[in-house]
Amino acid sequence: MLRRALLTLLCALFAAGPALRAQGPRKPLSVVAAADLRGVFDELKAAFEARTPGVELKVAFGASGSLTAQILQGAPFDVFLAADTGFPEQVRKAGLATPEGPFPYALGTLTLWVRRDLGLDPARDGLQVLTSPALRKIATANPQVAPYGRAGEAALRHAGLYDQVRSRLVFADNIAQAAQFLQTGTAEAGLISLAQAEHPALRQSGIAWRVPADAYPPLRQAGVILARTQVPEQARAFRAFLLGPEGQGILARHGFGKP
Amino acid sequence: MDWEAVRLSLRLALLSVVLLVPIGTALAWPLAFGRSRARLVLEALTSLPLVLPPTVLGFYLIVALGPRSPLGHAWEALTGTRLVFTFQGLLLAQLVTNLPFFLQPLVASLGGVDRRLLEAAATLGSRAPGIYLRVALPLAWRGLLSGTILSFAHSIGEFGVVLMVGGNIPGATRTASIALFDQVQGFDMAGANRTALLLLAFALAVLSSTAWLRSRERAWN
Repeated sequence: MLRRALLTLLCALFAAGPALRAQGPRKPLSVVAAADLRGVFDELKAAFEARTPGVELKVAFGASGSLTAQILQGAPFDVFLAADTGFPEQVRKAGLATPEGPFPYALGTLTLWVRRDLGLDPARDGLQVLTSPALRKIATANPQVAPYGRAGEAALRHAGLYDQVRSRLVFADNIAQAAQFLQTGTAEAGLISLAQAEHPALRQSGIAWRVPADAYPPLRQAGVILARTQVPEQARAFRAFLLGPEGQGILARHGFGKP
Repeated sequence: MDWEAVRLSLRLALLSVVLLVPIGTALAWPLAFGRSRARLVLEALTSLPLVLPPTVLGFYLIVALGPRSPLGHAWEALTGTRLVFTFQGLLLAQLVTNLPFFLQPLVASLGGVDRRLLEAAATLGSRAPGIYLRVALPLAWRGLLSGTILSFAHSIGEFGVVLMVGGNIPGATRTASIALFDQVQGFDMAGANRTALLLLAFALAVLSSTAWLRSRERAWN
């Protein structure tokens, strides 16, 4: 009886063999993107795939810094779209980028979001609304790995509010998680990306206010094609699409500026 | 529903169980019948993943599998691929984390086997591996089965280690529990709800089946 069990096991192992080998010949284009592109990417993907039949685009999101760490560890991605220029530059310095190097593709807008029912008016008081005692928690992303988190901290320091609100700041892993804290009501206010503040999930319940551009270093967002890509022409086609009128139009509609 | 992630979870769990059964069965023998001091060390080592934070395990696995480690380096030289952020690396991580879930029920079951039967086999001229494989293991089949089911289930649900070692790559390392994490961050509460329900139903089914197995074992002995 046991011999039969062992035989079955061996057969199962052989059957499982093919599953261990790499997937079939058609490799999808794998893109990793900063979390602020979450609300835009479905549209970008649909437009790109409609334009280039036969190419399947796969995307994963994270904080630019975390994604950079993964890339330096040898993670198998083709294209990396960051929320700043520093992280793609690190990838280039490590010798992991194609010779063309990083390409700027958008300008991010830091946005203050506050819950509508608290009676606060950021249009009048700007970042000062964050001193209101009605706000128990203020969400933003971890400044160490998320460029938007860094911009948020810079804007608070610029307004001279950082020390005052620091005890109420909650740091999310990336900017999408910060937006999720706002959506679930875990935090009453937050510094996030414009695309997220305008997302239907947040637009109903809150007020979005664009932080003036002089309050923080510009969020020039750059991307980079990784040298290890096995689908270089697809990666280049995606870059051309992103920098072309169609990609730029979609980004502009979601509140991203020209790079 | 992210079916790709569900399929990946199932494939990962299935393969890790297929590899765990022979490895775990070999390890269970000294754990159940060994009498030396080394047994205690082995017991502590194989139970470690139960109490260690998954992030600690994940961290050491990243270090161990990374391109600069001997193991990662040898793997790269042999296959030309990296271990971190790949399905293979994830499978290796799963073997380490799931080992105690397979071993504990099996070792407990082996402990309950009537020693007189093993001694009878010995007096009839059987050697140690034969006694273990032909007498002890068949008598402890419920432990073998619940260990298999439990490690399979745990593999489906593992989150921390997968996130540390695998990242979140669609089709390669995005398992069902990672997909759920991702859906929540993308405001997809309906999708997250479906994924969570599926995982909950699965866990309930697994625990009911192992509870039933244990009750049968008590009735039988």
